[in-house]
Amino acid sequence: MSDTSKTVKSDSGPEKAAGTTTTPAEDPTAAGVLVTDPRLLVREEGLKGYVTEFKRKVKGGELGSLPVVVGLIIIWAIFQFKNDRFLSADNLSDITFFMSATGMLAIGLVFVLLLGEIDLSVGSVSGLSSTLFAVWVVEHGLNPWLALVLAVISGVLVGALHGWFFAKIGVPAFVVTLAGFLGWNGLMLWLLGSSGTINIPSDEGPVKLLGQSSFFMDQAIIGAYLLAGLGVLLSLIGNFGEQRRRKAAGVPYRPTGEILVRVGLLALAAFVAAAVLNNAQGVSNALVIFLAALVITDFVLRRTTYGRKVFAVGGGIEAARRAGISVPFVRISVFAISGGFAAIGGMFFAGQTASATLSAGGGNTLMLAIAAAVIGGTSLFGGRGSVWSALLGMLVIQSITTGLNLLNMNTSIQYMITGGVLLGAVVIDSVSRRSQKAAGRA
Amino acid sequence: MVHVSATPVLALRGVSKRFGAVQALTDVDLEVHAGEVVALVGDNGAGKSTLVKTIAGVHPIDDGVIEWEGKPVTITKPHDAQGLGVATVYQDLALCNNLDVVGNLYLGRELLHRGVIDEVTMEKKARELLSTLSIRIPSVRIPIASLSGGQRQVVAIARALIGEPKLVILDEPTAALGVEQTAQVLDLVERLRERGLAVILISHNMADVKAVADTVAVLRLGKNNGSFPVKDTTHEEIIAAITGATDNAVTRRAGRRSAEAAK
Repeated sequence: MSDTSKTVKSDSGPEKAAGTTTTPAEDPTAAGVLVTDPRLLVREEGLKGYVTEFKRKVKGGELGSLPVVVGLIIIWAIFQFKNDRFLSADNLSDITFFMSATGMLAIGLVFVLLLGEIDLSVGSVSGLSSTLFAVWVVEHGLNPWLALVLAVISGVLVGALHGWFFAKIGVPAFVVTLAGFLGWNGLMLWLLGSSGTINIPSDEGPVKLLGQSSFFMDQAIIGAYLLAGLGVLLSLIGNFGEQRRRKAAGVPYRPTGEILVRVGLLALAAFVAAAVLNNAQGVSNALVIFLAALVITDFVLRRTTYGRKVFAVGGGIEAARRAGISVPFVRISVFAISGGFAAIGGMFFAGQTASATLSAGGGNTLMLAIAAAVIGGTSLFGGRGSVWSALLGMLVIQSITTGLNLLNMNTSIQYMITGGVLLGAVVIDSVSRRSQKAAGRA
Repeated sequence: MVHVSATPVLALRGVSKRFGAVQALTDVDLEVHAGEVVALVGDNGAGKSTLVKTIAGVHPIDDGVIEWEGKPVTITKPHDAQGLGVATVYQDLALCNNLDVVGNLYLGRELLHRGVIDEVTMEKKARELLSTLSIRIPSVRIPIASLSGGQRQVVAIARALIGEPKLVILDEPTAALGVEQTAQVLDLVERLRERGLAVILISHNMADVKAVADTVAVLRLGKNNGSFPVKDTTHEEIIAAITGATDNAVTRRAGRRSAEAAK
C-alpha cells in the first residue's frame, strides 16, 4: 500500500522532471567534460597554489607522512638533547641496521592492513622460520641458502594457511592469526627443545650476509653514494618518463619544477644518509635488502593488477567481487605474503644474533611491526597506505628503542612508551579518517 | 515503437524461475531492441529484480528461452552475461571508495603497458568516455569518496560502458538522487539510447519512466501484465497494470480527481 501511494505522489511529476531533463542538454557549457564545476577546488597556479592545497589537505585529514616526519624530528631532538651520542653516525647506522628485521615484518603487515585486516602471527612466524633454518642448517647440515629458501616457503605456507581459514572458512583474521601467534610459537619452542638456543655459524651464507658486520660493497665509500645515486636516477627517469607519456596522451602532467623539487628532496635525503652511513662503517646489507624489498613491493602495489586488486578488496569487497576479482585469492595471497615477509624478517633476526633462541620473534616484536606500519601512515581501516610507511614507521620505532637503550631505560619503560606511541598513531589514523569523512574524502 | 522490425537484442520467451516454494517468475516475455529504453515496472515483489538477475546471470532460469540477437543462449553465471554484452548497474553501486574514478572505471580490466598498469592510457580513455557522455566530474583522479551521489551513479553507469556492452540494465538509478542529479542520470540514459544501446530501466518513479522510456513492461506477481508504448499510455493505465485492478484506491482517487477537474 505504501508503495502505491508513493507512485501516486509522483503523479504530478512528469512535466517537471521532463523540464529539468532537457535543460542541461541545451546548456552550451555541458558540451565538454573540461568545463569544471565552479564549486570545485582547483589548485591555483604557482607556489601559492601549493600552499593553499597543502592547507586544505591538512584540514581534510589527508596528512600523509606529515605527522610521522614531524614526530621523527621531535623524537630525535629529545634524544639528542638527553644524550649527545644519539645523532652520531654510529648510532644512526645502528638504527638503520636493526630496523631492517622488524621492517620486513612491517612490509608484510602493510599488505594485510590494506585489506583492513590484521595479522597477529608475524612475530611467531618469524621466530619459527629462524628456528627451522637453524635446525635444518645445524642439525641436518643443509646448505644454508637452501635452508633459507625452505624457511621462507614455510612462512608463505603458514601465511596461506591463515588466509585459507580466513577467506574460505570465514573465521575472523584476528582470531586465526591469534591462534597462529600461540601455535607457531609453541611449535618453535618444541623444535628448540631442551637445548633452548641453537647457534648458527655466522661465517657463511645468509647469516653472514644479514649480520651486523656485512656491508654493501665491503664498505667501499663509493657504495653508499652509488645506492643513493641509483635511487635518484630511477626516480628522475620514472618521473620524466611519466611526464613525457602524459604530455603525449594530452592528460594533465606534473610540471618540471615540481618534479625537480621532489627529486631534489629525495636526493638530499639519500646523499645525506649515504654520507652519515659512510661516516660510520657503511651501508649494511640488511638495510640494502630492506630498501630493495620496499622498492619491489611498492611497485607491485601501485603498478600491477595484483596491487590494484589488493586496494580494491580493501576499499570495497562487493565492488571488487563484481569487478570479477577473486576475493578469496587476494585474501589468501596477502596473508601468504605477510607470512613470507615474516619468515624473511626471521632470517634477519637470526643474522643479528647468529642464533635461534627461545625468545626469537617474541616479546614486543609483533607490536613494533604493527606500530611501524600504522605510524608510517597505513590505515587500520583498509584501502589506504603504502609500503613506505614500513620504512618511516620503523625509523620512528627503532629511534625510540635505540634512544631508550642509550639512556639505559628499563624494558618496562620501553614497553610503555612504545605502547603509547602505537596508541597515538592509531588515534591520528582514526581522527584523520573522521575528518576525511567530514571533508568527503573517505 | 520505432524498432519493431529489427531483431531484438534480447528476448525472453516464457521464462520461469522458482525459489523453493515460491514461483518468482511465470512465463515472462520481454523484448529489448537496440536503441530502445524499456522500463521495467511493478510493485515490490513483482519479480523485477529476479528477472534482471536472470538476465545478468545471477540466477539461472528454470524454464523458457533467452534469445540474444535472435539466437537462443544459456546464461548460467554473471560471466556468461558479460561475455554476451550485458552490463548491469545495481542499486548499491559497489564502487571502491578509496580508488579514483579511473581506477574504478577500469577495475578488473586494467589496461596494461608491458605488464604494468597503463595509467596514462586509462586516464585518457576515461576522459574521452566521460566527455562523450557529457559527464561532469571534478577530476578523473579524485577518489570516489569525494563525489556526490549523482556523480557516483554516472560513474557507475560509465563503468558499465567500458566493456562496450549492447545491453545496459539499470536498477533504480535515480532512487537516491536529487532533482539535478536525477536529470543528469536521465540525460545519460538518453545518451545511451542515442549510442544505439538497448537499456532496461527498473524504476518505481513514474516521472522517470515517462521521461526516458520508450516502452513500459509491467510485471505483476511474477507474470507479464502488459507492455505499453509510453507515448500513448496514461499514468493511470500503467498504475492499473501495476496494481492489477481497475477498481482500487488508486484508480478511485484518480477518477475523483479527473471528475473534479471536469467541473
